[in-house]
Amino acid sequence: MSERYETLATRIHERFGEQMSRVPSNCGELTYELDKDDLIEVATALRNEAAFGFEMLMDVCGVDYLNYGSDEWTTNDATDTGFSRGVQRAPVILDEADEFDGKRFAVIYHLLSLQHNFRMRMRVFTGTSNPPLVKSVVDIWNGANWFEREAFDLYGILFDGHPDLRRILTDYGFIGHPFRKDFPLMGNVEVIYDADEGRVVYKPVSIEQRTLVPRVIRDDNRYAADLKDANDG
Amino acid sequence: MAEIQSYTMNFGPQHPAAHGVLRLVLEIEGETIHKADPHVGLLHRATEKLAESKPYNQSIGYMDRLDYVSMMCNEHAYVMAIEKLLSVQVPERAQYIRVMFDEITRILNHLMWLGAHGLDIGAMTMFLYCFREREDLMDCYEAVSGTRMHATYYRPGGVYRDLPNLMPKYQESKFRSKKELDRMNAIREGSLLDFIEAFCERFPGCVDEYETLLTDNRIWKQRTVNIGVVSPDRAMQLGFSGPMLRGSGVEWDLRKKQPYEVYDRMDFDIPVGVNGDCYDRYLVRVEEMRQSNRIIKQCIEWLRDNPGPVIADDHKVTPPTRVEMKDDMESLIHHFKLFTEGYCVPEGEAYAAVEHPKGEFGIYIISDGANKPYRVKIRAPGFAHLSAMSEMVEGHMLADVVAVIGTQDIVFGEVDR
Repeated sequence: MSERYETLATRIHERFGEQMSRVPSNCGELTYELDKDDLIEVATALRNEAAFGFEMLMDVCGVDYLNYGSDEWTTNDATDTGFSRGVQRAPVILDEADEFDGKRFAVIYHLLSLQHNFRMRMRVFTGTSNPPLVKSVVDIWNGANWFEREAFDLYGILFDGHPDLRRILTDYGFIGHPFRKDFPLMGNVEVIYDADEGRVVYKPVSIEQRTLVPRVIRDDNRYAADLKDANDG
Repeated sequence: MAEIQSYTMNFGPQHPAAHGVLRLVLEIEGETIHKADPHVGLLHRATEKLAESKPYNQSIGYMDRLDYVSMMCNEHAYVMAIEKLLSVQVPERAQYIRVMFDEITRILNHLMWLGAHGLDIGAMTMFLYCFREREDLMDCYEAVSGTRMHATYYRPGGVYRDLPNLMPKYQESKFRSKKELDRMNAIREGSLLDFIEAFCERFPGCVDEYETLLTDNRIWKQRTVNIGVVSPDRAMQLGFSGPMLRGSGVEWDLRKKQPYEVYDRMDFDIPVGVNGDCYDRYLVRVEEMRQSNRIIKQCIEWLRDNPGPVIADDHKVTPPTRVEMKDDMESLIHHFKLFTEGYCVPEGEAYAAVEHPKGEFGIYIISDGANKPYRVKIRAPGFAHLSAMSEMVEGHMLADVVAVIGTQDIVFGEVDR
């Protein structure tokens, strides 16, 4: 990580102290986690104070950490069932839960400072409430408007104080939040033209979802920290 | 009877000036716009979710289809993010090739923009002229990757293959005379680099031609000067980037400020506007084409003198050559593993941004250590620009909406993702 970024990290630490905790990064990027109650205060300071000057919010996005670090195809009888082993049936719908895991949904903010030429990232976990809720930053960075609408549409994260929180990318009348990890890749409905009714109608999907390449999570020697240092040295 | 003050009008999605599938709900009084509410998502394909269900390399092709007029720049951001996570070193020659094709892509994009924008506000000749030059650049794409548009040419660790030594030629056909055929093939006798160089020699003259038609044209100026003015402060506040930001007078270009690949060795200038209106953004983009041309020339010069590998040698990430596979067991295993399972990317997150022709195009990847990304977020410049539509058209006439859509250089592939 370059010295300039270390300077910024020191400044942030001096100004915010425990409010922002730094997340280690392998590729020289500055990431902070903060509590959702501190978001507005911190964001306002980052934008307005000359030492930071993050006048641009490049991106806001939601993340669903439901399956983080888990692999697909846990079955041991793969060879018995042949090609159909990759088929996933009956999606798990967890939307009914009163509470989510506190670390399930997060909102990620990518900030850019033109005057200092800095980038940084903030991660805010939405807590246990269903639906997930964080404060909107539209008043601080007006460009957040559509990005927050998108996060709402795709993840169902509500933004308190957003002027116009409507769906943006999905169809009119869409049900569910498609980018959640428990939402099937195939979706739940498909559209066909119904000749009898003379219009396009929705019906449940007729195809099955199949995983052709499984997720493999492997602790590869190449990535082991001690070996890597040895190689570099 | 009560007098109607304002009314709501629907614009698009099937409107030739909507640049694809934009639906605008306009609140109008007379011909003056009060409010514009863009409805997007008609082209939403959930690219990000699809990418989460595939090994890393299989999603490169999806990137082409995001902003389908600047294909290779999209790929560039994606492979850069992966390279950042893997800490793979890209060979120098591949970096030059990438820079060259990024700039070819920039010209491709700006030509498409200029042609379509011109056509929208009454300059039909522009469309024909721009597509004439675009065709040659498409041939470069085809020569290097095999396809005219969706190239899938950049790979993590470099580019798919080296530049070809022969430029494909037009074939004989009963619809073409021998003389005609010779004329068309005249610039295709040499290598791809010769072809691109010939284009670079010719292209500034073409830009002069476009400028003769437009820059001092009374009608063009009436349609663009003082239309859709954005102040520098508002442009930053709204998350603008690229020519939209520079048109408002903010000097910011990732190629200069946060150089990636070999842009720090290139000699080029960044054009900046003054008034932040459609006309200034037009001037900025036209100048950018000239500057891209300069960069391409520098790349050609370097590439001629410096042969070398174009993809990294790390066979955990890049496939071995066919020759190696024939007599080396390990290469065969690498090849098999790579194409069936892909490679595992170490846990972490990375954001890579490139100066895309439209603005800052960023890819944010979260990896949990698997061979598929855990989350991919595509930061599309057009999305931020389109969200400012209402602000930019407020108080303008209905016809100016078309000019503003044009000046934002909207492509729905990337807005809707």
